[in-house]
Amino acid sequence: MFCASVAALLLSLQAAPDMTPAGEQPVAPYAHANANADGVPFRDDHMWRAFHGAIGVARVIDGMIDRSLTDPRISDIFKGQDITRLRRTLREQFCYLLGGGCTYTGRTMQEAHRNMGIQSADLAALVEHLQAAMQTEHIAFTAQNRLLAKLAPMKRDVVKQK
Amino acid sequence: MLFRLLIVAACLTLPGMAQATDTRAGGKLVLTEGVSSVEGSAGGGLANWALIAGNETEDGIGGNLHATEVLLPDYKLTSVGGAVGWRDRIEISYVHQVFDTRTAGVALGLGQGFIFGEDVFGAKLRVAGDAVWDQDRWLPQIAVSVQHKRANRAAIIRAVGGKSADGTDFLLSATKLVLAKGLLVDATLRLTNGNQFGLFGFGGDRQAARTAQFEGSAALMVTPRLVIGGEYRTKPDNLGFARENAAYDVFAALAVGHHATLTAAYTDLGSVATFARQRGLFLSLQGSF
Repeated sequence: MFCASVAALLLSLQAAPDMTPAGEQPVAPYAHANANADGVPFRDDHMWRAFHGAIGVARVIDGMIDRSLTDPRISDIFKGQDITRLRRTLREQFCYLLGGGCTYTGRTMQEAHRNMGIQSADLAALVEHLQAAMQTEHIAFTAQNRLLAKLAPMKRDVVKQK
Repeated sequence: MLFRLLIVAACLTLPGMAQATDTRAGGKLVLTEGVSSVEGSAGGGLANWALIAGNETEDGIGGNLHATEVLLPDYKLTSVGGAVGWRDRIEISYVHQVFDTRTAGVALGLGQGFIFGEDVFGAKLRVAGDAVWDQDRWLPQIAVSVQHKRANRAAIIRAVGGKSADGTDFLLSATKLVLAKGLLVDATLRLTNGNQFGLFGFGGDRQAARTAQFEGSAALMVTPRLVIGGEYRTKPDNLGFARENAAYDVFAALAVGHHATLTAAYTDLGSVATFARQRGLFLSLQGSF
């Protein structure tokens, strides 16, 4: 019985890396759920279309991350993080929230930012980069603000609680 | 035993103290600190808002300096001041106002270019809510303020029926950004007996005590750096010799870089010291950190 358990455990540990998408580092297992995206999606797909669908969202995410990685105010936060995984889970989260019909497989905002010591000013810098990336993608200003309004309450889970 | 307790107490408090001194500048989103109001507090120009001055977040200290000029048909109001924001929680502000009566001074029997001056010392405490980030809650950011004002022409103020050259206003403000609509709204209740913002003293022959006055703003984000809006502010009508009207403005505020905001407005202060229709250009430059 004990040996069977150990064998099952070993098998599961071995199986985990196989589940990891190409180019990403394995993470500790967690329950997948769209609720992890920490937001209620827009009702139809018109926000998804306002963001130019999958290609537009991918460009916005890349634009935001690339600007953040070269911003001395916040670049250190991304050191040692799995940026490939970050780009993928953010694409999924944005797609899910914008009504693009994707499944979100990432962790909750609280779990994903645990012990990172993120401050309000860091989040504001990230928002600036997201705004710049949305401008570059020529997303309508009203659509930009509707998305930002959906993301803003995540601050409570992202910024270290005192 | 006492010594041991002290060490334990020190170990418990020192990390907190280290955190308290580890401040960080900046961190507010562009234009979410408001602009300097005529009384020096963070607001919309005419109205005081619940926002705290400066670029800082709960992790730091910020502040601003501003200069404002209001060009009216018969008068000119100039104000210069500054504010300090502590951890996006407490705001301390000061402004010096110079009210130039220009040629109206002659008609009023005061002399050409007679100047009324006023100092305003303000303190504001944010008591609840977050105007910007709490977009899933209707609770606005709420702040209480006190503004102590000292006008410099006590003899003239008394001669025209004013009760005092010094006065104190008490304010309750609620401000909310409705980000999904790009709309910022503010409503403020001010208990005041100030005559023309206090420049002509406090209380008068018609009404001596403080009354509840309203000031409010609505502003629309046009681009990430440009906001347009309007404001309305009621004022007491305490002095018998000259009616006082509500003031309003329409304004545009432009963020220039991370540290400067330029505000231009068309404002109507109504009748001022018997001179009617005082409408003109309001220009203000604010630098903040």
